[in-house]
Amino acid sequence: MGYPHPSHPGEQALLSKYFGDPGARSYEGWVKRGGYEAFKKALAMTRDQVTEEVKSSGLRGRGGAGFPTGLKWSFMPREVTKPHYLVCNADESEPGTFKDREIMRWTPHQLLEGCAIAAYAIGAERIYIYIRGEFTAEHRILVDAVEEATRAGALGANVFGTGRRIEAIVHRGAGAYICGEETAMMNSIEGKRGNPRIKPPFPAQAGLWACPTTINNVETLGSVPHIIREGGAWYKGLCRGNPKSTGTKLFSVCGHVQRPGNYEVVMGTPMKELIFTMCGGMRPGRTLKAVIPGGSSVPILTAAEIEDCVLDYEGVAAKGSMLGSGGMIVMDDSTDIVYQVMRLARFYAHESCAQCTQCREGTAWTTRILERILAGKGKPEDLDLLLDLADNMTGTTICVLSDSCAAPVVSAIAKFRPEFEAYLNRTRQPVLATA
Amino acid sequence: MSGSAHQAVHDAGYQPVFVGDALARLEALFAWYPTKQACLLPALWMVQEARGWVSQRGIGEVADVLGLTPAYVKGVVTFYTMYHTHPVGRHFIQVCTTSPCNICGAEDVVKAFLQHTGCGELGATSPDGRFTVIEVECLGACGFATPVLIDDDFIEGITPERVPGLLQGYK
Repeated sequence: MGYPHPSHPGEQALLSKYFGDPGARSYEGWVKRGGYEAFKKALAMTRDQVTEEVKSSGLRGRGGAGFPTGLKWSFMPREVTKPHYLVCNADESEPGTFKDREIMRWTPHQLLEGCAIAAYAIGAERIYIYIRGEFTAEHRILVDAVEEATRAGALGANVFGTGRRIEAIVHRGAGAYICGEETAMMNSIEGKRGNPRIKPPFPAQAGLWACPTTINNVETLGSVPHIIREGGAWYKGLCRGNPKSTGTKLFSVCGHVQRPGNYEVVMGTPMKELIFTMCGGMRPGRTLKAVIPGGSSVPILTAAEIEDCVLDYEGVAAKGSMLGSGGMIVMDDSTDIVYQVMRLARFYAHESCAQCTQCREGTAWTTRILERILAGKGKPEDLDLLLDLADNMTGTTICVLSDSCAAPVVSAIAKFRPEFEAYLNRTRQPVLATA
Repeated sequence: MSGSAHQAVHDAGYQPVFVGDALARLEALFAWYPTKQACLLPALWMVQEARGWVSQRGIGEVADVLGLTPAYVKGVVTFYTMYHTHPVGRHFIQVCTTSPCNICGAEDVVKAFLQHTGCGELGATSPDGRFTVIEVECLGACGFATPVLIDDDFIEGITPERVPGLLQGYK
């Protein structure tokens, strides 16, 4: 449902069915709502059958990459010769994205059930749930939920009397966007600076403490119980667009819409339906200017580009952007694109781990150049310089933080060039005092 | 950041954190990880919860109890923005100002906090020692602009008008 707003008829609430219902938060409340039946069902299947079911559902990673979940699980070695680990990525930090927080605060057991099923499928006895440090309330909720589930025997040394060990612990981050990147997250859990690692080796080969590891996003794992309960074929049938994008997806819509919130729709739903019908469109007297559709790390789309854009991985890619995490930043005609791109660049500069030169220097200089443009001190060649920097920041680093900074800059210059030029040719008043 | 953030601060009269119950809680965590090093972030959280910040002495104690070097621990402490490496006000206020909140007026919320707390500038502590205000990058609650984290209280939908009343709750 469009939490905090009432459910819209255009939504299909699986993950969000109990958002706003405090009764769903406890173990007992979750069991009353059919919880942990899927986990019991999975335990009666073989590990391979569980993975196959998820493969057949077409579920793709909801953290942003869109990698097929069942396939990812199948990369884990079949024989367990050293510990296997599951890491739940609850580090939700991508600007514009706030869906995982809602899953955790209302339905922590939905997440734990998905974690338990995934751990079973990949042969892991231990689950680390890595939650960002700022999510103080959700941290407490998850810690309590793990304790409850353990007391009830849904987690622990002997889950539901099967003799199988699946334990979970919540690991709290301490303020670092980059720890949402899976290899940085593993370093952080190991007690290191959150520097991303070079891949290969991939986590399934050598992850946490060089052991086979799978990292899945909260929403991905939360979807798993529904797939096991209703079947992969059923989930695959939830599709309005490209058959490669299946199931429901939570879209976090923020910015200048009348009803910002989380909306769960079937993949392939038109973007306009989400923004104008469900979210109520723009504020009175305002018109849509631009949308960043997949969290801040993806290219900006203009109002014209979203006209016939459908919300699935292929639909948004066809418009030259990415579905990403489904965090949509909606900007109306009051928005200063140059200023907001500077704020995004500042975000990436602040969050760069500083390992790679292109990123450390690139994000910082991108920010400084944008700041001087906004201060009325831009030079005629600054736009070319920004594009040249962006070119050097794309595809040249260990992780994609650098690329993520370049994407909004390049797309904004391409699509809103006159706004940058207005600062450069002094037809627009500076908005920053110094630079 | 203001000057106060960079002043060398000494933690005179440091009392060890990892004794009694706190030590037992940390040692209980060791069973969950194959290395003691993995308990570094949790241990640093415990120091900050007990002392309000992570001093050089605190770093030394954590290094000792986990079998790491102080230099290594400091490297980790300084990577993560939520550990305070200097004392802050009794109430630490973090206002999200990243783009989604920014376009909804977050910078006016920051101004209201700076004005009503008496902090004057970002990163500075108010003269009465009550507040420190900083801008923080995306708090992950973009649909509830502007979210603010005061100590461990995550508060949604803050507008400049709500700031004075909100501060009353933090003495």
